[in-house]
Amino acid sequence: MTKRCVKVYPRFERFWHWSQMTLIMALLFTGMGLNGVHSLIPFGPAVMLHTIIAFALMALWVFAAFWLFTTGTWRQFIPTTEGMFQVARFYAYGVFKGEEHPYKKIFWRKHNPLQAATYFFLKWVIFPVIWITGLAYLSYNFWGTGAEGAQALWVVSNLHLLTAYVIVVFIIVHVYLLTVGHGFRQHVKPMITGYDDIDLTPEQEAYLETNEPGRLKPEC
Amino acid sequence: MRYNLFTGSVAAVLLGLAGITGAWAQDTAAPQIPGSGSTADHSKFEILQKDFQSGPEVTEACLSCHTEASDQVMHSIHFQWDFTHPETGQQLGKSNVINSFCGSVAGNEPRCTSCHAGYGWEDMSQPPPQQSNAVDCLVCHDRSGQYTKSATLAGNPPLAPVPQGMKTITGADAWPVDLAKAAQSVGMPGRDNCGNCHFYGGGGDNVKHGDLSSALYSPAKSVDVHMSPEGENFTCSTCHVSDQHQWDGSRYATHASDMVGTGKPGSARTVSTCQSCHGTDPHPANIKGMKLNDHTDKLACQTCHIPEFARGGVATKTFWDWSTAGRLSPEGKPIAEHNFTQSDGKELHTYLSTKGDFEWEEDVVPYYAWFDGQVEYTTADRVIDPSKPVEVNPIKGDPDDGVSRIWPFKRMVGRQAYDTELNHLVYTHVWGPTTDTAFWTNFDWAKAIDAGMKAAGAEYSGKFDFVDTYMYWPTTHMVAPAADAVQCEECHSKNGRMAGLTGVYLPGTDSTGIVGLLGRLMVLAAIAGVLFHAALRVISGKGKGGHKHD
Repeated sequence: MTKRCVKVYPRFERFWHWSQMTLIMALLFTGMGLNGVHSLIPFGPAVMLHTIIAFALMALWVFAAFWLFTTGTWRQFIPTTEGMFQVARFYAYGVFKGEEHPYKKIFWRKHNPLQAATYFFLKWVIFPVIWITGLAYLSYNFWGTGAEGAQALWVVSNLHLLTAYVIVVFIIVHVYLLTVGHGFRQHVKPMITGYDDIDLTPEQEAYLETNEPGRLKPEC
Repeated sequence: MRYNLFTGSVAAVLLGLAGITGAWAQDTAAPQIPGSGSTADHSKFEILQKDFQSGPEVTEACLSCHTEASDQVMHSIHFQWDFTHPETGQQLGKSNVINSFCGSVAGNEPRCTSCHAGYGWEDMSQPPPQQSNAVDCLVCHDRSGQYTKSATLAGNPPLAPVPQGMKTITGADAWPVDLAKAAQSVGMPGRDNCGNCHFYGGGGDNVKHGDLSSALYSPAKSVDVHMSPEGENFTCSTCHVSDQHQWDGSRYATHASDMVGTGKPGSARTVSTCQSCHGTDPHPANIKGMKLNDHTDKLACQTCHIPEFARGGVATKTFWDWSTAGRLSPEGKPIAEHNFTQSDGKELHTYLSTKGDFEWEEDVVPYYAWFDGQVEYTTADRVIDPSKPVEVNPIKGDPDDGVSRIWPFKRMVGRQAYDTELNHLVYTHVWGPTTDTAFWTNFDWAKAIDAGMKAAGAEYSGKFDFVDTYMYWPTTHMVAPAADAVQCEECHSKNGRMAGLTGVYLPGTDSTGIVGLLGRLMVLAAIAGVLFHAALRVISGKGKGGHKHD
């Protein structure tokens, strides 16, 4: 195994991550305004922005899904229990003892098991719930009528809200965990430059040097 | 054709209005060619070039050509003041109902019937006069601007010589009407024709409706986009389309919603709803417009587009307590207190010995309720519960019936007399300068109620007290420019305009509901968790954890 500076996040993935981050922050801001948490934006413009941004985000997801499945990157997001306990133990205990992060990034696994499980949950539960409830919310007039419709809308809107709060919690923990291990800058940098230090097998190294030399850099 | 008639009458209205703002006067400039664009110039008709001595004489002249007009008018609510509700079967109309303003017509005829579209109806227990010349054509069709009705002559105009102190139906000092001039001027009704009665309901300018005041003679566009000369310059009958002298638009059986919209060419035009012109999807086909259109299954157009009523500088009465009436000065004279200053500086009465205490308001935010358009009245035969405010005309509505919409209302708060034994609202005889029973002359409730009940032929125990009442007036005039429509956050916020309404879910009204609180708790827990974790890392002195695996 050799540690090499490899491009792990291609341009589209970085674009996906940061535009998704921007759109989600905008949705949270407008959404919290709509919910009445703050009144920094009037209700009408907030509805318009929230709707338009949500459509933009869904369009981005369509592209991302296409990209994930055509490039095979979807495999990165399949959760595994292998090593998960060690990572959890590290965050809960080892980190205070000065232990090293038990997970080593490898070429086909850029997320640690806990990360992978979190993203999997996010992608398959949280995001679908928020866009399904969001679309139901938006299209209320096509399915809801009368007092019963109003009650159903209450359920839909509160499910939407609850999911939004879960996303806020994710963001808090996600950003905090960037500070653990190699540190915030080291963790954010790959998502900007695309390159990170990865343990490569000799075969992987030989393959990349021969076929994709652009994915290797002398130093990160 | 219709448009030409309309522009012509508009010109005439404007000329007429010049007179209103000054001294609403007999010597207003001659009208434009009456009914400009019409094939008939009434000033050229020989039969109208007479020295008319009374209203009915003019009507006879009208009927010599318009042979069916009298019959048509006599079948209209303007003449009958009687309306059998098609849904409830209840007998309504001015001749039957009790309201929270001057109470009832019965017992006060010549004063109240001053606004009858006829002549000489002096007894409510009888139907209106049936001879064909008892119809008042001029009150609606005079375009000379100088026809009026005396406040106290059961619908007849003041004619020379006008007795000292006589008032017109708008409260102005009466002048002698020139009937020939009026007859030769006739045309389609202008805002003044309708407004001279409808703007002054309840005994004064805008007292009753809140959305119908003298401000609408010539409103600024900000007051009424449709009726403003700067806007569409509509007359009342532009929307209240008539067919054979029957008008659309009723407070007893209202179109609470209209799913038909503009209809196809040739379909019925006698619909006074907003949708009959603007369609059922009135907002533009973009994301915002679609979201606004989504509201039309819950809201009446008026709910957003009439942000406040009593706009344009004329206040409306919002509270009337009859129970305090009758307080006299130490010398035994009636008292008048004026403690409300209207935005134009005019002092309005807040206490009158004749009528009790009042409150006035301008630019009033409406009261909102589900409304299916059907209104029942607490008529004198209905038993009331005096332990709580009596709804004089309870508003009905159901979010599930497909017809109801949330409507804006003026909610009139009142305190008025009722029979404490039979628990009925009572008729009161208030007007009668020469009787020894009329309240406004004698200040004796016992006598006034007794006489009122006798006049109405209603059963009365002889015992009375006063009860709090609510009366609802659907708000539908004074449509504001689109830019002034009620903003989203007026309702979509905590304690917004729709607070307390059931059968509807309003996003943005409850950020601290159960899920909102749970969410905040989760966020706080997450923040507390990472802070705790970070603190432990700092305390343990190990910072980021080891990273020696290079």
